[in-house]
Amino acid sequence: MSEAPAVPQAASADGIGLLLKAPRPRAGWRLLPARVAAMCAVELQKLRHDRTELYTRAVQPALWLLIFGQTFTRIKAIPTSGIPYIDYLAPGIIAQSAMFIAIFYGIQIIWERDAGILNKLLVTPTPRSALITGKAFAAGVKSLVQAVVVVLIAAVLGVALTWNPLKLLGVAAVVVLGSAFFSCLSMTIAGIVLSRDRLMGFGQAITMPLFFGSNALYPLSVMPGWLQAVSKVNPLSYQVDALRGLLLGTPAHLALDFVVLLAAAALGIAAASSLLGRLAR
Amino acid sequence: MTSDAVACTGLAYTFGGTRAVDGLDLTVAEGEVFGLLGPNGAGKTTAIRCITTLLPVPAGMVRVFGHDTAGDRMAVRRLLGYVPQQLSADQGLTGRENVALFARVFDVPRRERAARVGQALAAVDLTDAADRLAGTYSGGMVRRLELAQALVSAPRLLILDEPTIGLDPIARTGVWEHINAVRAATGMTVLVTTHYMDEADQYCDRVGLMHHGRVRALGTPAELRRGLAARRGTTTLPTLEDVFREVAGSGLDDESGDFRDVRSTRRTAGRVG
Repeated sequence: MSEAPAVPQAASADGIGLLLKAPRPRAGWRLLPARVAAMCAVELQKLRHDRTELYTRAVQPALWLLIFGQTFTRIKAIPTSGIPYIDYLAPGIIAQSAMFIAIFYGIQIIWERDAGILNKLLVTPTPRSALITGKAFAAGVKSLVQAVVVVLIAAVLGVALTWNPLKLLGVAAVVVLGSAFFSCLSMTIAGIVLSRDRLMGFGQAITMPLFFGSNALYPLSVMPGWLQAVSKVNPLSYQVDALRGLLLGTPAHLALDFVVLLAAAALGIAAASSLLGRLAR
Repeated sequence: MTSDAVACTGLAYTFGGTRAVDGLDLTVAEGEVFGLLGPNGAGKTTAIRCITTLLPVPAGMVRVFGHDTAGDRMAVRRLLGYVPQQLSADQGLTGRENVALFARVFDVPRRERAARVGQALAAVDLTDAADRLAGTYSGGMVRRLELAQALVSAPRLLILDEPTIGLDPIARTGVWEHINAVRAATGMTVLVTTHYMDEADQYCDRVGLMHHGRVRALGTPAELRRGLAARRGTTTLPTLEDVFREVAGSGLDDESGDFRDVRSTRRTAGRVG
């Protein structure tokens, strides 16, 4: 069904005065933050219109904390340096839920390619690296909203989290950086495999190894040597380490964690940007 | 000196072993509505993607208002408004948010963003529906929304890839009337691809008939029709489709696009509903 043809009366020169003059281009360093802000705004607008994903994605972390966390707190099988296991687990679950959102972000970019949205964005005066950075931080914003939900669930379950605003700001930065990396990893894979079905397969294949090959559930000291090696090159471990340090006050290597997360995000942006052209073809 | 809006010189592009565009020579004059016609697989969309900088081509093959798409991509992109073949408005955003995104990525200053977005929506008669999710729009409304997205940056060249594909005749007329009204008000150049010959005949100043990656005939629709009538020695004016059948030869039905082309077309038509 179609609407009746509207008589286009509005397009007279006096009604479209602003549309006769091209905007002045933003130059230099101001371009990147402007594009990042535009992409983040879109993500927040979408979340405002439809919160279903926010609620459904809260179920899994809630179950991890409720079932796994409470059970292992009682069993006391995992050494946690004196803190209850559910407290130890909470930062790991925050990182996990953020990663789960980001790791499938490549599917969104493939969907945007199929819908023509990506091509339209690529025809705007936006360098590919700025577009990917914008998407990466948009994934970070989405993950951040999710992280807030998990923090609230953890607080309700009695996890002794800090409410220091500066530390919470640090938590937000860690979540955004980690998500930026994992979303770029996903967009990089999208640029290689080019189809949603294949990306789903890759996403499934790498998510659990990344999660179990990190310190999210147990400390490095209880892992076998080979898994410790995996964990040391896994950015998720650095994200969890920083989150534990900031949220629980446990000993952490915050400077190293931030450097690794920043470097990983930068590397991810470079890799995904270089492959974006393949998606456009 | 005024330059052509688009100048393609020996444009060629190959996907794997398939030469999608094969030595395309084409100029689009500033201010005209130029129609690039042809069946699925003729190379229209590939040519458009080269012109819009989506596909990389060597220097000297494509110029937009004098800017080489190989070396001056950002300058080219600032001059373009682009509506791809797919229904590309984001269904999860309102009409206003869809247009505002493009205002932002084209650096429209915050102080004039709302007014400019409002004018773009008004130009395509979507003011009343501006705050509804684009997912609730009809196919014709989505096409008009995409037009507003393209117009918000005041492009000098509007490129539309199959803008009326899948639309019913009433919505097609509505889309074209808005394109013409905006073009009349702004004086922008319009480059449009279509395989609807009747639309090209009615709305385009000049057309290029593409087949197998090349332009096989070029001129105003009336010139092309008169030329065929003269060759046939008849006083009855043929249609543009007759002209196309003559320049393309037989076998069109067997060659009109591969599986991917047809799937893409059907997907778009399906979304239009």
